[in-house]
Amino acid sequence: MRVYLDNNATTIVDPHVFAEMEPFFVQRYGNPNSLHSFASETHPALKTAMEKIYAGIHAPKEDSVVITSCATESNNWVLKSIYFEQILTGKKNHIVVSEVEHPSVIATAKFIESMGCRVTYLPINHEGLIEPDTLREVITDKTALVSIMWANNETGAIFPVYEIGEICAEYGIPFHTDAVQAIGKVPVDVQSMNVDYLTFSAHKFHGPKGVGALYIKKGRELTPLLHGGSQMGGYRSGTLNVPGIVGMGKAMEAAVDALDFEMSDIREMRDAFEDELLKIKDTFVVTPREKRTPNTTLISFRGIEGEAMLWDLNRAGIAASTGSACASEDLEANSVMEAIGAAEDLAHTAIRFSLSRYTTQEELDYTLDAVKQAVERLRNISSSYAYAPEGHESGLDAHH
Amino acid sequence: MGMDSLIGGTIWDEYSNKVTELMNNPKNMGEITEEEAEAMGAKLIVADFGAESCGDAVRLYWAVDPKTDVILESKFKSFGCGTAIASSDTMAELCKGKTVDEAVKITNIDVEKAMRDEPDTPAVPPQKMHCSVMAYDVIKKAAAQYKGVDIDSFEEEIIVCECARVSLSTLREVIRLNDLTTVEQITDYTKAGAFCKSCIKPGGHEEKDIYLVDLLEEYEKEKISKAADATASGADVPFKEMTIVQKIKAVDKIIDDNIRQMLIMDGGDMEILDIKDNGENIDIYIRYLGACNGCASASTGTLFAIENTLKEKLDPNIRVLPI
Repeated sequence: MRVYLDNNATTIVDPHVFAEMEPFFVQRYGNPNSLHSFASETHPALKTAMEKIYAGIHAPKEDSVVITSCATESNNWVLKSIYFEQILTGKKNHIVVSEVEHPSVIATAKFIESMGCRVTYLPINHEGLIEPDTLREVITDKTALVSIMWANNETGAIFPVYEIGEICAEYGIPFHTDAVQAIGKVPVDVQSMNVDYLTFSAHKFHGPKGVGALYIKKGRELTPLLHGGSQMGGYRSGTLNVPGIVGMGKAMEAAVDALDFEMSDIREMRDAFEDELLKIKDTFVVTPREKRTPNTTLISFRGIEGEAMLWDLNRAGIAASTGSACASEDLEANSVMEAIGAAEDLAHTAIRFSLSRYTTQEELDYTLDAVKQAVERLRNISSSYAYAPEGHESGLDAHH
Repeated sequence: MGMDSLIGGTIWDEYSNKVTELMNNPKNMGEITEEEAEAMGAKLIVADFGAESCGDAVRLYWAVDPKTDVILESKFKSFGCGTAIASSDTMAELCKGKTVDEAVKITNIDVEKAMRDEPDTPAVPPQKMHCSVMAYDVIKKAAAQYKGVDIDSFEEEIIVCECARVSLSTLREVIRLNDLTTVEQITDYTKAGAFCKSCIKPGGHEEKDIYLVDLLEEYEKEKISKAADATASGADVPFKEMTIVQKIKAVDKIIDDNIRQMLIMDGGDMEILDIKDNGENIDIYIRYLGACNGCASASTGTLFAIENTLKEKLDPNIRVLPI
């Protein structure tokens, strides 16, 4: 049996989405910016897709939703543009990001920091959440941007973006949120909150890879990252990815339609699955369920290094994820686990299971059995597990 | 960069079949109890290395024959990834039947090579080499316990890159001899920094006392300092065009290198009082000290020797005038 529980990394393309994209590869392949019929026959589908994308985040027509190649590009664009316009020109000198942002924000922040920008990395609390008041303490009249993600990819923690938006509005500071993990999991309505820039990506909600987007509120202009053409209103040059945009439109429509299912049925499946996992001795989760996206469980198995667990699960045909140590190039502990202040011996033990609307109960039951077997085998090998004293302080609470 | 680096892939694809097999079915996993060691007539050694907070920890059990120092049985337990488990298993296997002194000679390179399917194809991707390093370190720890000595006594040199076993002295020498200025160059010459990359700069998997960037900085400072000395002493500037300070330094250096030792052997010495341009000539006023003061040859042989040396090394128009 093969089970895919790594949906925070990417998702299967919805067959309806794929069907909608297909004609734009070999039948209606014209460059939309040309002046002939091959071009113009792509326009209705593009218009429909853009309307669905706008509708998906409740963006008013006067605002811009610019299609990019990925969320990484969108995040880079916001931070670098703020650097070009505000920092480099000497108008402002400071930005705020959370310390658990996606690397496309953290690495870009570090890059512009090396170019002279002052960056505050806002900490998270022991539940993996941002406390809005900490933002007030670091804002100055030289702050050019606040960039805080909507939901964390590792823990699923939903950050208080409404409160953060209010604080930013109060101080007149532009607010950007990376909403990659929010679309299709929680309601996203840019008009119900104060947000100036919002990033998302189609492949996280059963759309195609290689299609991202950036919402830009009217009046919050940005310097383009790519110059050279007039596509996307000059905001983002490059021939339009017609199949990708069509796919994102359809995927957005389907994600909005499935939102109730995600928030009820998937949440219930996740909770029951997590209950069973937590019955295994010495397991810990970080963020309380009600403060998490409905599909995500980040769970620590004391005494088992993350990659070793993934290895066993992979042998059983199960795809999960670990942000820790050995699975990645940098060999560092899971940054979120470290930021939370989890006991050091748990920083390398976290495994993320992320569900989707295609996940079945049968798959979760199968996974549970495989996890139990892996825990038994690896704790038997473990040099530390058998020797951990009873009642050993974890730094984490078990949440049921 | 190149094509192979552009797309990347899972690091698991780079594990050898042996690593995969050992990860799935480690042969030497387990413990040795006091009773088991006793039954073998052996001394039990239990050594720990690493820490869970670093993502890798290993415990090594040895049953050592106290009469022959031979390791009769060797087992391990490990908190770590697949390569850590496979490396520890291989390390435990390599220890068996060796004396403790032979076992401490097993390096992480030996462990990695023993896990290869093909002699020239690495068993693990570069960033995983650190897992075999831990296997190497725990042997030293066990041997130190057995012999009742400090673990450092097995390390003759300071090792900067544990993965490639490159020492501090080698790195310093290679950097100087080849005038290396980048980490990439160091890696090309020595393989240091090619694997887990912890030795390149702070912030990697393991904390180090000294990093490759420190060595480059050290060499850069050394070069700057030498250049400054050369400028201060006026090297490359004709003697006549030097400042008075540069002239005094230059003369002093020539005296130090060629004359002073000879004078001191005879119980004397000299000092420079002043240097003055006098038309075509450059007059150097000196005073003899100690036994030179009043010596007959101070105005003849010794004086000519000083003057000729300075003429030869600095400027033919130098005149030395004792006062």
